[in-house]
This record gives sequence, structure tokens and C-alpha cells, in this order.
Amino acid sequence: MGRITFPIGPQHPALKEPESFKITAEGERVVAADVRLGYCHRSIEAACQHRNYVRGQYICERICGICSHIHCNTFARAVEELLQLEVPMRARYIRTIVAELERIHSHLLWLGVAAHEVGFDTLFMYVWRDREVVQDLLELISGNRVNYGMATIGGAKMDLTPEIVDKCLEGMDVLLERTAYYTHVGTTEGTFLKRVEGVGMLSEQQARELGAVGPTSRASNVPNDIRHDFPYDAYDQIETDFEPITSDLCDVLGRTIVRVLETVQACEVCKDLLTRLPEGEIQARAKPRVPEAEALVRCEAPRGELIYYMRSNGTDKPARVKVRTPSLANWPAALAMLEGAYVADVPIALASIDPCMACTDR
Amino acid sequence: MDAGNELMSLFYILIFPGFAFLVAFGLFADFFDRKVVARLQNRQGPPWYQPLADMIKLLGKEDIITDHADRGIVNLIPLFGLASVAAAFLYVPLWSVEWPFSFTGDLVVIVYLLTIPAFVLVLLGWYSPNPFGSLGTGRVITQLFGYEVPFTLALLTPAIVAESWQVTELLRFQLMDTWFIGITPVAFFVAIVALVGKLERIPFDIPHAETEIVEGPMTEYTGRKLALLKMMFQTEMVVGSALIAVLFLGGPYFPGITAALAGTVAGTVVGFLIVLVKTLLMIFLLSLIKALFARLRIEQMVNWCLVWLTIPILLQILFIIVAASL
Repeated sequence: MGRITFPIGPQHPALKEPESFKITAEGERVVAADVRLGYCHRSIEAACQHRNYVRGQYICERICGICSHIHCNTFARAVEELLQLEVPMRARYIRTIVAELERIHSHLLWLGVAAHEVGFDTLFMYVWRDREVVQDLLELISGNRVNYGMATIGGAKMDLTPEIVDKCLEGMDVLLERTAYYTHVGTTEGTFLKRVEGVGMLSEQQARELGAVGPTSRASNVPNDIRHDFPYDAYDQIETDFEPITSDLCDVLGRTIVRVLETVQACEVCKDLLTRLPEGEIQARAKPRVPEAEALVRCEAPRGELIYYMRSNGTDKPARVKVRTPSLANWPAALAMLEGAYVADVPIALASIDPCMACTDR
Repeated sequence: MDAGNELMSLFYILIFPGFAFLVAFGLFADFFDRKVVARLQNRQGPPWYQPLADMIKLLGKEDIITDHADRGIVNLIPLFGLASVAAAFLYVPLWSVEWPFSFTGDLVVIVYLLTIPAFVLVLLGWYSPNPFGSLGTGRVITQLFGYEVPFTLALLTPAIVAESWQVTELLRFQLMDTWFIGITPVAFFVAIVALVGKLERIPFDIPHAETEIVEGPMTEYTGRKLALLKMMFQTEMVVGSALIAVLFLGGPYFPGITAALAGTVAGTVVGFLIVLVKTLLMIFLLSLIKALFARLRIEQMVNWCLVWLTIPILLQILFIIVAASL
């Protein structure tokens, strides 16, 4: 059978953002896959170096439209480390709650996209309807559905009033119930299972060697989770069961299960933190001048480990800001999944790392 | 044949119950399908005129033919597909056993004409320089092996029972005996599922799986020609559903109503309405299937069809032959 080379992207119905893949297929089997990055490059790192720290944080929040808070938060933590600034406990709780709400919204969004990639549009519609619950909560807390701007250097921008806390707790109960239902659908619906079981295999060894991060690595039984291994913000305060969720299935089904269970876990973490929200200030006073220093902070974004490196030179602008996003770390793993796959499985295999092209290219 | 008769035939073929009615009902069926699926998916769904608006919009769009495509073929094929579906519709009796176009063996002709849309898609992809078109063509052909044999066998099962190849004779049989859904339930099930494959709907929308190969064979088609292709699928849905309604659900008959109104004009009208309702019921079944499943992979689809369509229908036919010989 003849070889066909066809492009997926930069413009393709399976991709929500522009990125280019060259797929060579023999019949319905993929024999080679290549990725071209850079269609979303916006020079954000350079832009940060030409702006002061406060404005740089707004720029960085716009690296990603889905996990915007985690960029905002990590930028703030990097500057706090440069300043050696202690953040009040209440602010740390609020930041963690928003980060977990964001994880819920990101994972539900992914579940919908994954269902759409395998033609299961009904699940897609239902998941995205229920995602509105958490979107409404985020809007209630911050005033925005995306780009919440909740982390400031040395604190949190908005306080959580008791009414908001009550609404959030109610929302969490709804989400826990709905997520349990999706766990059931995702693990029992025959046609969906046929499309995700044994698809996009990434063995534990491959996951380690290719440096996969986040749910992609955890679904290959590599239990790395920055929240658990190197707790930041209020992650060391959690009293519920908080172990990294792993799966040894190593396929798209494993990634689905990991993300759905993480959604459940995030709901429970939110409930726990919301009920034990400490009293106090939400903003620490920062020194007006950033001393010459270096900082490297890591955190667990919904897609995996996010790294910010920052160096200051004593002026009001950073000398260097470097962002390593989780999607970038997952591309080698994604290409490994495509080898020998069916052409029909390419979109779902690529989607299974939850790629964020805008994050990748910055 | 005198002039009046010829005019009447033209009216039958072009206006009612022929082409114009078929297209109108096709548009309505498309709306009905989209609305039902939307409600099942917790969405609002389109207004009733949406399919018509889509069609008008497509007719007004630029008609692009790529440089490497064969102009003659590309212009001709969509018409060919629509014409074959419209021709098949003429042989489906819509209100009585006294059908003007009926002849011995018309069932075979309908099955044959309904196969042509698949070949239209094959040719479309074949003459398109697009790699998605080539992939889609391969999938259309592969999928054909999955559903075509069970579909044909399922439609022929009532013919074996009634020992006739004429659709009106099969209707007459159902009037005297029970509906074929009661006699050959497996054939009914197989016919519906194979029709899903024929219409390339979820879970068998593999040849034009949007997220994988864009629109498959239709990727390069725009404007008028795309409108014709959409119309081909809409009308094929109507013809397939109407055919199943006539063959398995007793067509215009309904216990009580038919006997009471036998021989009157009202009887004909009501019979026609009953066929429409039964056709919509079949389309409702198709919509349910569309909302319930994810898309299969091509090799899963062929294997599944072999196990769950071909083997059961062969067993059903074997059962009928054995039962008849006893």
C-alpha cells in the first residue's frame, strides 16, 4: 500500500490552536510523525524583560487561556522568592483554592474535547454544561471567567467572603456528583472504550525517559506531582487524602481516569480548604526594590509541571524570565504515542496529553 | 400513452411524490434529526428553516474546483448521486399497494440505486487531489464491505418470507399477516444499523470523521456541489427510512384505521400520513443512535458488522428457510 503524507494543522478541525504535524501513513497505520512548533509565538519572555514586575505578571497570565491562574501564581511566587517575601496564610489558601478550581475546569474541558475527538459529542455537550458550574464560581470569586488575576506579588487580590465560600461548597457537591457520573460513563460506555483502550500507549519507561509530566506521566504509573513532592502555597496544609493519582493502564483510558479522579480530588481539596480558611491579612507589604537574585519555582499546572526561572538585576524589570510549560515537556511523549498508531487515533492520542499550543510557544 | 398520462407521470416524477417532495421532506427530516439530537445533547437545536437556510447559503457560495481535479467528473458526480436516490424513492409505495411505478423485482432496483451514493463518494475522493480525500475514499470502500451485504440481505429477508421481489406484494403480505418486524425482528435491527453505516452517521461516520480527516471525500467541495451532496445524504436518509418503514412496519397500514377508511380518499391521505410518521420514527431511531455512541475505528467497524450484522442476518435467513420447509 502506498504511503501518504498528510498534514494535521496548522489549520485542522481536530486542533483548537495552530500547530503543525506531518503524519506519514501506510494505509491506516502511522509510520512517521513530526511536529512543527512556533505558530503561536508571542515573545512573552522578551516582553517580560521590557516591563516591570507588576506588568510582567499580567503578560504572563495571558500565556494560557485555560490555566491562566497557575501562570499568574507562579510568576508571583518567583518574584516573592526574589524578594524573600512571606505570603499570609489566608492568601495562600485562596491561591490554592483558585488553582484547584482551575484544575477542575481544565480537566472537565479536556474530557469534553477528548469525547469530541472520538466523535462522542453527547458527552462533550454534557461535560461542558457542567463545567459552567465551576466557571460561574470562578467568576463569582474573581469577576472573570478566564484571566482571574487572583495572585498578586505577596498575596491574593480578592478575599473570599462567607457567602462565596458557601456557594463554592454547594458547587463542589454538584461537581462531585456529576464527576462520579462521568467516571461511570467514561469507564463503561462501549464505543468510547473501544476508542481509548490500548490507544496512545506510553510505557512507564518511555514516560520516564522522555520526561513526560503531569497526568500524562501519572497515567503511565510515574507518580510525580509537584503539589505532593514539593508542596507550595497551602498544599502542605491539606488534611484530606492527597496522594498523586496514578494509573498503570498507560493508554488514553488511563489518562482519562487520572484526570477524572483528579477532578474529584480537586473538589475534595477545595472543600477541605474552604471549610478551614484561616483569618487574617491577604496581602503582604512588598519592598519597593527587587534585589539582585535568582529564583526557580515549580508548580503543578493542570497539564503538569510548570517551571519559572527569573533573574533580577536590581532594576524594576527582570533581567531574564524563562517559562517551561508542561505541554512543551510532553511533546516527545506525544510523538512516541503516534508510532504505529492508526490514523484515526492520531487526534485522540495528541489530545490525550492535553496540549496547550499557546503555552508551548509562549 | 396519451399526453395527459405523460403529464401525470412527469408530475409524479418531478413534483409529488417525486423529486420536489423528496427534497422538501429531506430538509424537514434533517431538521427533525438535528433537533432531536440537540435536545438529547442538552442543546436548543436549530429552528425549522435551518436546513433550507444552509442550502440557500451553500448555493450562493463560490464554486471552487481545484486545479488537479477532473472538471467533467467533479461537476457530474453529485448530480448522479442525487438522481439515483431520487429514482429509488419512486419505487417506495407511499400510500397504497396500487403504486403506479411498481413492477416485479423493484426491491432489487431500490437496493441497487441506494448503493450508488457510496460510489459517488468513492469517485469524489478519487478525483480529488487532497490526501484527506484519498484516505476518506479508502474508508468508504472498506466501510462498504461492512454494511452493504447485511443491508441487502436484511431487505431481502421479507422478500424470502413473502416469496415476492415486489415491494407492493410485500405490503399486501403485511396487510394479511403481521408486520415483518414481528416475523423477522433481526432483519429489522440489521437494516437500521446497516442504514446508519450507509448514511455514514455516528458511530459509523468514519469516512468523513471531522476530527480525523476533515470531510473525507468531500473536503474539496464547496458551494453548489456541496449542497447537492448534502441533499443526497438527506434524501438518502428519507428513502432508507421510508423503505424500512414500508418493508418492516407495514407502510400505510395501521390496525383499525386502515380497515375503517378502506377505499376512500381519506384512507389514502391517512395512509400517506402514517407512512410519514413511521418514516420519522425510523429517523428518530437514527438520531438516538447518533446521540448515544462514539465513533468507531474503521477496522473495529468492519469486525463489528461481521459479528453483529452479517452472521445474525444469515442465521435469520437460514431459520426462515428451515421453518418454511418444515
